Amino acid sequence: MPVSDFQPVIGLEVHAQLLTQSKIFCGCSTAFGAEPNLHTCPVCLGMPGVLPVLNQRVVEFAVLAGLALGCEVRSRSVWSRKNYFYPDLPKGYQITQYDQPICEHGRLIIDTPGGEKVIRVRRIHMEEDAGKNVHDASGGQSLVDLNRAGVPLLEIVSDPDLRDADEAVEYLKALRDVLVYLGVNDGNLEEGSFRCDANVSVMPKGSTTFGQRCELKNLNSFRFVKQAIEYEIARQVDVIESGGKVLQETRLWDTNKGVTRSMRSKEEAHDYRYFPEPDLPPLQVSTATIEAMGHRMPELPRPKLQRFVSQYGLPVYDARILTAERPLADFFEACAAKYPDAKKLSNWFLGELLRLLKEEAMPVSALRFTPERLAELLAAVDGGTLSNNAGKAVLEEMFRTGKAPADIIAEKGLAQVSDTGAIEAVVDDILAKNAGEVEKYRAGKKQVFGFFVGQVMRAMKGKGNPTLVNELLKKKLGD
Amino acid sequence: MQLTDLTMLELARKLASGEVSSVEATRASLERIAQVDPQVRAFLRVDAEGALAAAEASDQRRKAGAPASALDGVPVGLKDLFLTEGVETTAGSRVLEGFVPPFDATVVRLLKEAGLPLVGKLNLDEFAMGSSNESSAYFPTRNPWDLTRTPGGSSGGSAAAVAAREVFGALGTDTGGSIRQPAAFTNTVGLKPTYGRVSRYGVIAYASSLDQPGPMTRTVADAAALLQVLARHDPLDSTSASVETPDYSAALEEGVKGLRLGVPREYFAQGMDEEVEASIRAALREYERMGATLVDVSLPHTQYALATYYLIAPAEASSNLARYDGIRYGQRAKDARGLKELYSLTRERGFGPEVKRRIMLGTYALSAGYYDAYYLRAQKVRTLIREDFLRVFRDVDALLTPASPVAAFKLGEKVDDPLSMYLMDVYTLPCNLAGVPGLSVPCGFTKAGLPVGLQLLGRPFEEALLLRIARAFEREHEHFRRFAPLPAQGA
Repeated sequence: MPVSDFQPVIGLEVHAQLLTQSKIFCGCSTAFGAEPNLHTCPVCLGMPGVLPVLNQRVVEFAVLAGLALGCEVRSRSVWSRKNYFYPDLPKGYQITQYDQPICEHGRLIIDTPGGEKVIRVRRIHMEEDAGKNVHDASGGQSLVDLNRAGVPLLEIVSDPDLRDADEAVEYLKALRDVLVYLGVNDGNLEEGSFRCDANVSVMPKGSTTFGQRCELKNLNSFRFVKQAIEYEIARQVDVIESGGKVLQETRLWDTNKGVTRSMRSKEEAHDYRYFPEPDLPPLQVSTATIEAMGHRMPELPRPKLQRFVSQYGLPVYDARILTAERPLADFFEACAAKYPDAKKLSNWFLGELLRLLKEEAMPVSALRFTPERLAELLAAVDGGTLSNNAGKAVLEEMFRTGKAPADIIAEKGLAQVSDTGAIEAVVDDILAKNAGEVEKYRAGKKQVFGFFVGQVMRAMKGKGNPTLVNELLKKKLGD
Repeated sequence: MQLTDLTMLELARKLASGEVSSVEATRASLERIAQVDPQVRAFLRVDAEGALAAAEASDQRRKAGAPASALDGVPVGLKDLFLTEGVETTAGSRVLEGFVPPFDATVVRLLKEAGLPLVGKLNLDEFAMGSSNESSAYFPTRNPWDLTRTPGGSSGGSAAAVAAREVFGALGTDTGGSIRQPAAFTNTVGLKPTYGRVSRYGVIAYASSLDQPGPMTRTVADAAALLQVLARHDPLDSTSASVETPDYSAALEEGVKGLRLGVPREYFAQGMDEEVEASIRAALREYERMGATLVDVSLPHTQYALATYYLIAPAEASSNLARYDGIRYGQRAKDARGLKELYSLTRERGFGPEVKRRIMLGTYALSAGYYDAYYLRAQKVRTLIREDFLRVFRDVDALLTPASPVAAFKLGEKVDDPLSMYLMDVYTLPCNLAGVPGLSVPCGFTKAGLPVGLQLLGRPFEEALLLRIARAFEREHEHFRRFAPLPAQGA
């Protein structure tokens, strides 16, 4: 049977680092990239005698994420210990949630070629991150950096509702957008603050029984997620076609070779010996906390996109780009409040502003000018004070210096010339210098008109009001 | 009368009047240790320098008229399970040999803030696992009443040091009776407070849901005074209770007239030593004479407590002891080739047989396929045991039971028979499973001159009532006036 006779089934487990200032069970900083073991204390080092104290902010973030994903928030959830030995795990166990997680039964809508699709979110739980082993190949030594040990994570587990690699990537992007919108995660795959494991199986089309699944560990880019899942689907189909059986195992994506390879089989799987964490009482989340989080819930990416289309009359394409990031959407809306033509505004955003931001790799939050200033600029273009091109130059200057558009126009002498007399003089001069072309025009070769416009504008260094230039040329040429 | 013969409060009064200085008391304590500890072997480490510096600071405060607490200047000892900044802490294990903590346990901080000089670290069963002090990786401590016998465990070093008058009081921890049983064996008072009453932060964990630090003293009033220092809500311990600290000494002398005291029949059914039973029965009659009403009560799930305890405690221990892996502190097998060997050799060499036994038991009880049958079931039984207690406490004010089925046994007598050793805790561990407070008060001696302890169990957070009931008996009999037959100071 070819691949097309098989139905892949995919479920994702996402680990999202929470944007708290301090760790989940102690006051150490969560800042990325510090000297090894700088952000550690007896608690996150797992010294004898220490005890965990829960960072309440982590609970708030988990509740916020749960509500945004339509989950039920448990009023009582339980902490558990997951026991295993590894040098980067200081206590010999990870504090996590097991059979009673804080959130359950949610959903996330994604776009597929067949339209909208609901992916069920099985559970969300809180846990602590482990540290990092650094293997020094030359010295043959292994070093342990525990800066990350105790950094708070949310683990978000989907039901096996995804049916191909593209859906998996769509789901991940949508999930990341939601978490970033909520301000609970920075969505940074490179630094590992948003990472994912994929459970992949295949079954013959039409079957209702899932095939044996393999778990792909630690996929840290959208591209790898797609490549690894596609590779794994093909591999499993191959195994079945050649009469073999897919074995339950954990596999790693080898980014260099572009293959998945076995890490450990079911037989080698850990027995984590989960049991309720005796150092932490069961977590009670009050109705008041849940309500407070509900009030703090921002508009999420999907409803915002729909509103941009309906409220501003924007094409879906524009709205998608404008709502991709909350600060950009906020800035757009602030501009739209000062400037009535949303589509024209959107053109400036998509054309000029995003280009500049991208070139400078600058976040929207670092913009040096206010929405009022941008509205002033666009009004100047509309009112004829500035040509479109001069407007772009002004925007660039605003972007770099944060100066007011009026000041830039004055300084650089960019104001458009709308003085009929001045334009007329230039027009006369150009027509006089190009008598031959004038003849051709009058003989019917109307294409030459553009040449005259160009010459006049060039002589006026682009500042001639194009409408007036056109009018006067036509008049002088006798049209 | 030697200085070290004083109780904590007697010494505190002399310190307050200026008759004695803290430096003198601390010197006396250090001299007594030098004299008797070669026989008793209660101390793993003596911190003479630190204790004397604290004593001097205390004397300065006294002179300035600003003592830090009622016990400012009274030297005490600590079970070596409490982290002490800058002073080696081993939990009686080779695996932590050389470990010098960078911070103090909360209760150690509280003792320092209250001005009590800390004389040193006291021996214990390794990681508090044991009932005789013989599982210490270093040496067994001996019972000052008979040096061929055990002082009990696991806080045997603390009990022996108090009984031998090497320190005026000490801290122990009690997971299944580790304060009360050694107190009973040494004619001292041992109080296990309600779970959550005293912070566990900085106390090396054995079984987190059962461990509780508490005072070990010669008198009930001393226990009350020491608990006064220790009982605080601690934001660093999430299981620490947010309840107010009452004045534990206020009602100490109010007697037992009108109180209803339960006698749980299950605690008298099993094979108790005859002399111990006679002593306990006499104590019960004494309470009746003093005006209390004895009530026959039943705690029907008592028979399951031992099995329940030996599932829950090892399960938690197996997890709590996973951090001793040779990676970050303590001993490491330096000759190991590869990671797995580093783990296995470090733990093989670092842990003694009793600790290994409990890690194995706990790992098994938690492992896939057995969790429901063992750990989960044990937790359910634990709930029933707690409900037994809360039910009878609706009818009675406290319970009276033996603290141990026997008086101090001989060193070596049970060391190769773990099951019979586990039976030593049969009367004490239901209290830990239920999380209620328990106290052992001296109630007499066997013909051979071995102490017997009466155990009092009370409602959660009613330590004050337990202390009052214990004090009523102590006032009539004053067994604390009888000293262990060690050579007198200066002899």
